[in-house]
Amino acid sequence: MGAGRLYGAVAAGGFRRYATYRAATAAGVFTNTVFGLILVYTYLALWDEKPHLGGYDQAQAVTFVWLGQALYATLAIQGGGFEIEFMERIRTGEVAIDLYRPVDLQAWWLASDLGRALFQLLGRGVVPFVFGALVFPTAVPGDVGRWLAFAVAVVLAMVVSFGIRYLVALSGFWLMDGTGALQALMVTGIFCSGMALPLNAFPGALGEVVRALPWAAQLQVPADVLMGKADPVPAFVFQAAWAVVLLAAGRLVQLAAARRVVVQGG
Amino acid sequence: MAGSRPLAEGWRAYRLIAAMWIRSTLTYRVSFALTVLGGLLVTGLDFVAILLMFSRVDVLGGYSLPEVAFLYGLSATSFGLADLAIGSAGRLGTRVRDGTLDTLLVRPAPVLAQVAADRFALRRISRIMQGSLVLGYALVASDIGWTPVKVLMVPGMVLCGGVIFSAVFVAGAAFQFVAQDASEVQNAFTYGGQTLLQYPPTVFGRELVRGVTFIFPVAFVNWVPAAYVLGRPYPLDGVPRWAAFAPPVVAAVCCLAAGLAWRAGLRSYRSTGS
Repeated sequence: MGAGRLYGAVAAGGFRRYATYRAATAAGVFTNTVFGLILVYTYLALWDEKPHLGGYDQAQAVTFVWLGQALYATLAIQGGGFEIEFMERIRTGEVAIDLYRPVDLQAWWLASDLGRALFQLLGRGVVPFVFGALVFPTAVPGDVGRWLAFAVAVVLAMVVSFGIRYLVALSGFWLMDGTGALQALMVTGIFCSGMALPLNAFPGALGEVVRALPWAAQLQVPADVLMGKADPVPAFVFQAAWAVVLLAAGRLVQLAAARRVVVQGG
Repeated sequence: MAGSRPLAEGWRAYRLIAAMWIRSTLTYRVSFALTVLGGLLVTGLDFVAILLMFSRVDVLGGYSLPEVAFLYGLSATSFGLADLAIGSAGRLGTRVRDGTLDTLLVRPAPVLAQVAADRFALRRISRIMQGSLVLGYALVASDIGWTPVKVLMVPGMVLCGGVIFSAVFVAGAAFQFVAQDASEVQNAFTYGGQTLLQYPPTVFGRELVRGVTFIFPVAFVNWVPAAYVLGRPYPLDGVPRWAAFAPPVVAAVCCLAAGLAWRAGLRSYRSTGS
């Protein structure tokens, strides 16, 4: 079996696995829509008080909210993708078997997580976004090129998101208990990706810093590409650079971890 | 015996189970302290977002920062109380799915008490601590014309709010008997309700405010009584002046409704049989 077909099959498996739970998906759509509603009103009030905050007008701020709800599960911004399962395998020692398999550990989980992300985008993301666009004035472009650029940015965002969570999961080799690492993932994910407030609305130096961190590649960059606030090419370069750095770091840490594994004898 | 005094029985079972979990949690003291610290960070984030907003504006929906902090502190603290007391009931869906609820059904103690105390998570005090800190800041920083009634209303709001949120948790747990995989829906009401109440009612659409006043009455956790304390107009026109003192009644009605929902849910329970 060719490598491409193998990882394709893994990705398809990831997609199908999440597609199985229809009621859970519907529940997620409902919850994202409710949170979107709450957030939209607060942003409307904020932009009412301070028009053009962060260079957005009101319609763009509203669009940002619904994009956040649409990408929340897709990019596992608060965690909740493959990393929970991977950490459990590290904790129980089952990862030793994974390391023996004739497949690449990182590529395997990446394929599986991309499959999950694609399902979450279609299953959980589209409906809240369409609801938001129909009910509130949004800045959704009619230009097909803009949407294609957005699609590329979202795929790159998925890889960056994976890269971050892969590193978090690998910390399990040293920490055993992943609670703290997952908590850190949650805090940084919500705060630094723009879920709490668009990063361009952050004040001063804090804004400069968060906009340069990898989390910015997750929600802020795709949103700015879609709304024409950022040029696609430099945006892609920013995302791809972080993706490469994170994946390479993941690879190095994985090698160090694999040397460390001590399999418990039964 | 069980059944003769169900409330006393339930409270006794709840205390015993919760005490056991607390003992087990405190065995790993450092881990516990770190988890609480982490919890403070996580729960503090939404207030940091509000602070960031106020770094760019002076008022939000006509409310100043101390006033928003007042709403936030009341919402977060009462939610924290409910989450600590009964939040574990949110995991009922898992027990329904894997069939472990059956074990609780054969024990000679009320099921609700067992479910509420199950894996009692003392670490949830971090939400209460964080909420009280913000509330403390609000009380110091805001410019409220205090009267004895208003002073009494602050602890009253936290307590009644905690009871109202607890009722929401119980109703959410009851919903999980039928919801199965759809348990995430309850987050929209628990966490969603808490988030909603952190912002001034003036920010939201009239229909939404009406909904959370008359249908899903979480507006009585803070919006209505806090408007009285802050000397602001009520979130809805036509709400009578005495509505600020209604939270105990609303809390009692919520408990009654949640109790009925719980009974209906428990009666409809069918074990997975595995």
